[in-house]
Amino acid sequence: MILLLERRTAPSATLTFLSPILAIGITAIIGGIIFSALGLDPFKVLYLYFVEPLTSLWSIEEVIVKAAPLILIGVGLSVCFSANVWNIGAEGQLTVGALFGSAIPVYFTGWQSPSVLILMLMLGAVGGAVFAAIPALLKTRFNANEILTSLMLVYVAQLLLDWMVRGPWRDPQGYNFPQSVPFEGWQLLPTLGDGRVHVGALLAVVAAIILFFMMNQSLRGFEIRVIGSAPRAGAFAGFEEKRVIWFCFLLSGALAGLAGLCEVAGPSGQLQPTISPGYGFTAIIVAFLGRLNPVGVIFAGILLAISYLGGEAVQVEFNISNKSAQVFQGILLFLILACDTLIHYRIKIGASVVKLR
Amino acid sequence: MASHGVSVNRSNGFLLEAQNITKMFGDLRANDDVTLALEPGKIHALLGENGAGKSTLVKIIYGSLQPTKGQLVWKGQPISIASPAAARTLGIGMVFQHFSLFDSLTVLQNVALALPSEADMADLAYRIESVSHEYGLPLKSDALVANLSVGERQRIEIVRCLLQEPQFLIMDEPTAVLTPQEADRLFVTLQRLADEGCAILYISHRLEEVKRICHDATILRHGKLVARVDPKQETASSLANLMVGSEVGAVKTEKRSGGGAPMLELRGLSMPTDDPFGVALKAINISVEAGEIIAIAGVAGNGQVELFDAISGETLCKVPDMVRLAAVSCGAESITERRRRNAAFVPEERIGHSAIANFALSENVILTHHAVGKKLVRRGLINRSVAEDMNQRISKTFDVRKGKPNPNAHSLSGGNLQKFVVGREIARDPNILVINQPTWGVDAGAARVIRQALIDMAQRGAAVLVISQDLDEIFEIADRVAVISRGELSPAYPTPEMSPEKIGLLMAGAHEQTATGMAPGR
Amino acid sequence: MYAAEAVILTIITASTPLLLAAIGELVTERAGVLNLGVEGMMIMGAVCGFIAAFLSGSAMFGVLAGLSAGVAMSMIFAFLTQTLMTSQMATGLALTLFGLGLSGLIGESFTGQPGVKLAALAMPSLSTIPFLGPVLFGHDILVYLSLGLTAAVAYVLFRTRLGLIIIAVGGNHHSAHALGYNVIRVRYACIAFGGACSGLAGTYLSLAYTSQWIENMSAGRGWIALALVVFATWMPKRVLIGAYLFGTVWIMGLYVQGLGVPIPSQLLSSLPYLVTIAALIIISGNRMITKVNTPACIGQPFSPER
Repeated sequence: MILLLERRTAPSATLTFLSPILAIGITAIIGGIIFSALGLDPFKVLYLYFVEPLTSLWSIEEVIVKAAPLILIGVGLSVCFSANVWNIGAEGQLTVGALFGSAIPVYFTGWQSPSVLILMLMLGAVGGAVFAAIPALLKTRFNANEILTSLMLVYVAQLLLDWMVRGPWRDPQGYNFPQSVPFEGWQLLPTLGDGRVHVGALLAVVAAIILFFMMNQSLRGFEIRVIGSAPRAGAFAGFEEKRVIWFCFLLSGALAGLAGLCEVAGPSGQLQPTISPGYGFTAIIVAFLGRLNPVGVIFAGILLAISYLGGEAVQVEFNISNKSAQVFQGILLFLILACDTLIHYRIKIGASVVKLR
Repeated sequence: MASHGVSVNRSNGFLLEAQNITKMFGDLRANDDVTLALEPGKIHALLGENGAGKSTLVKIIYGSLQPTKGQLVWKGQPISIASPAAARTLGIGMVFQHFSLFDSLTVLQNVALALPSEADMADLAYRIESVSHEYGLPLKSDALVANLSVGERQRIEIVRCLLQEPQFLIMDEPTAVLTPQEADRLFVTLQRLADEGCAILYISHRLEEVKRICHDATILRHGKLVARVDPKQETASSLANLMVGSEVGAVKTEKRSGGGAPMLELRGLSMPTDDPFGVALKAINISVEAGEIIAIAGVAGNGQVELFDAISGETLCKVPDMVRLAAVSCGAESITERRRRNAAFVPEERIGHSAIANFALSENVILTHHAVGKKLVRRGLINRSVAEDMNQRISKTFDVRKGKPNPNAHSLSGGNLQKFVVGREIARDPNILVINQPTWGVDAGAARVIRQALIDMAQRGAAVLVISQDLDEIFEIADRVAVISRGELSPAYPTPEMSPEKIGLLMAGAHEQTATGMAPGR
Repeated sequence: MYAAEAVILTIITASTPLLLAAIGELVTERAGVLNLGVEGMMIMGAVCGFIAAFLSGSAMFGVLAGLSAGVAMSMIFAFLTQTLMTSQMATGLALTLFGLGLSGLIGESFTGQPGVKLAALAMPSLSTIPFLGPVLFGHDILVYLSLGLTAAVAYVLFRTRLGLIIIAVGGNHHSAHALGYNVIRVRYACIAFGGACSGLAGTYLSLAYTSQWIENMSAGRGWIALALVVFATWMPKRVLIGAYLFGTVWIMGLYVQGLGVPIPSQLLSSLPYLVTIAALIIISGNRMITKVNTPACIGQPFSPER
């Protein structure tokens, strides 16, 4: 008895829509099974994971706060992956963007005006883009695998941040804690209303909408999809692969840097050795769950943000480590990839057909 | 080499019979009640155009596929051939059109992989060289396959079969990739094998060859058996009629004026290659005038792809004057800029190069139309209804058969996709058209449409450059013929002055030497 | 012990996990499969090896557990990419993310606990030879295994029929299939071998290199191993040299710090990553070498219907 795949004559439209939902559903089922094996009520756990975070205003705000960077980075990555450009170093670009933007509060602590905020945001984007330019250069100039280079740079960026907050940028009034001066006034992101939701959320949605239109209506979006599907056809069409690689890296780097700055000037209020719980990596899952579609990424980002909160709720209620959320995110990604196969292939269980050597 | 003595204990004397074979793929009836009988010592042709069911039938015989209905009979015993390995054990060898070779390995390693069990490598190396020389297809065991020509690679496939002492050999379109001289050498080898008692099934659509070497012919059309004849009693046109079922009709050509302005010129075009397995171009000169069709003949692997890329602009020239379009030096211009000069290009590969498999036809239109004309792309935004219009117009003009109005490219058959791709370029009404292998893998009907379209273009005053491996096609449509060999181009002679033999001599050039280490003309 | 001896010993211990992971991935890639999940398989090997050794008291049991964990992880990858034909790049990334998350989860209660140390192989008389003794003998079994595996892989790949088949499958899977070889089965086996090696590499980290479990303790070694395979142009002997080169760089930071040079520790810690980038630049920039040696089918999904 073996699993056989039969290619469909055309991709199934139903499954293109259904596949992420199927993946989420199966993940939930697997989660339920695992939790009941641990002796817990699976429905209660799933409720805590997916429904509870939406029941109070406070937790909805938290969901948005967590979703904002996921969406911001995720839409950039969705463009990258559509071009078959594998920017795995978003976490590093996030870090460097935060560093660039934080230079202002650190060196110009007293400077307060709306333009400071704008400048910080721009610097955040520039920092991320500059850091993303490195793997772009290495790929276009030396054909160095961008997965490995961008990933190595994540470690470098994190070490750089670590050094900065323990050394040159350590708050002299900070009791020797490894952190920068706390940001104040205009150097902090304004919030929407009284809560914790900051303008980063707005930026995320705006970015998603703009990129959605770019990918679907513009020639640039077409170019990206062509290069991602068939580079040789892209060359034939007159599209330059190198230009697309640069564009994708700079774009996603800028968005990641912006997200990094928003994290530091928003929820945190200062630089610390760790500024992100792995948003740059989770955003990869967000991009795939959103089917590399910027609008889909909005929903995917919200879902994964909910799962972060759900993990914490489960920890409080049942004393299970909140790392369970990450495990489920990983399982979800496996299932998204598996369910996507169904779009192009029909599954058949068959008897072993041919005996080969 | 052991003789292929075959003991046949039934009075009908057939080695292999395929009786009433039917094969369904879903609703498609690839073979419909086909019967084929093969005698030892005879060369039997299997004729039919692309899509007639020849490959399917042969895969059934070779064990790659199982028939839906029908029976195979080997030496009078009914039999089921479960896999290619089982076929080989019986003594059936097959030389496919697409080789199963490993470019990065040596001849010896390639042959070793094809043999069923571990062999002593030193002994095998010796056997390869002696058998290959004995049968007139010499090979060196330590040669790297990537460095061999297509004809030499075919020898590996053949020698692989011979080493297993086959009683029955299947050859699938073997001369498609050979020069005329290499084809002659192959025929000598096949005749010798037949004389030794081997049965040979020869699949081809080349009627002159079939008449020359085959004793028997089975003709398929649309999956059905239509005739079994003695090719030596038939004429090429009677065979063609049986294959296609109606008067094929030659393409219509009027005497073209010629002497138009040179629209595409290559002056001393040289292009080094950084690909270890690529071909460098050396000082290529040619001039294609408005209103004429020039063909470049050549067996695959002699620089055709490199030449095409240099002309289209996918590869840029160091010296701009090496490529001139409408008397303007544009060797340094991109493909988009060359398209703006009203040139159009159709590369050899459809999927992945001229079209994208998972993109709809309307999107495939955008690939080459986005930078020319004002309507498709405005201010960076794509107008999809314009693209869809173009799709419909092209499909209508070129009779592109597709299941839905705007399907993905991969759902079209080879012939229909090629018609679409050619139509897409012609729809731009270019002055210069360069096309590489216009009808490779395309059914006869689509081939005729495409060739007629090329002729009509030239009629309208365009300059057309055709790169092709198909000599029949070249003689049918070209005004002048040049030959490319090892990256060098011969002068272009008027077609009436050319013959297959002459082309073959120009093709051969120096590339006999690699496989044998001997000078040409052994 | 002399200072030189100590340095060599630390180089060996730093290089061994890299070598183990890289030689396993080399075999996988030679068969045409790019498995980016090395980091995930390695970290799972580390945590499972640690827990098994901790609970049982036997380091060898831990080694077996770590190896099995690596194989199990690799089978998830194999099922998805070979049977369900998912994208190898995305699936490998998923495997790493999953492995990092799962290892963090199951290792949480074992963080900081004192572990079991993998004993050095007892070679009483040999290890007392001055200088050569400690350097060549008296290592734990995984060190010798890493070297033995490298030699074995080199032998099998280039001198046996099995190796020829693996190279053929990675060079042209359509031809291999046409000749009757079961491409999927060969790839499953090579992926499992890669998983076993990555698992062993992880186990080495938590049972020999140190004897504790810390979250994310692989620190990117899995990724470096991937770069190593490229740098070594898929040749086992070069992987050995490369692993020891990178291992040297890895511990160089510690020694430089010890010399009191005023370089920030973070910069020294970032050396391995920067050197990896440099190595990739050097080797990838030479297109001739990469083109000739890269297994032609690497990363491409294989489906039997042609």
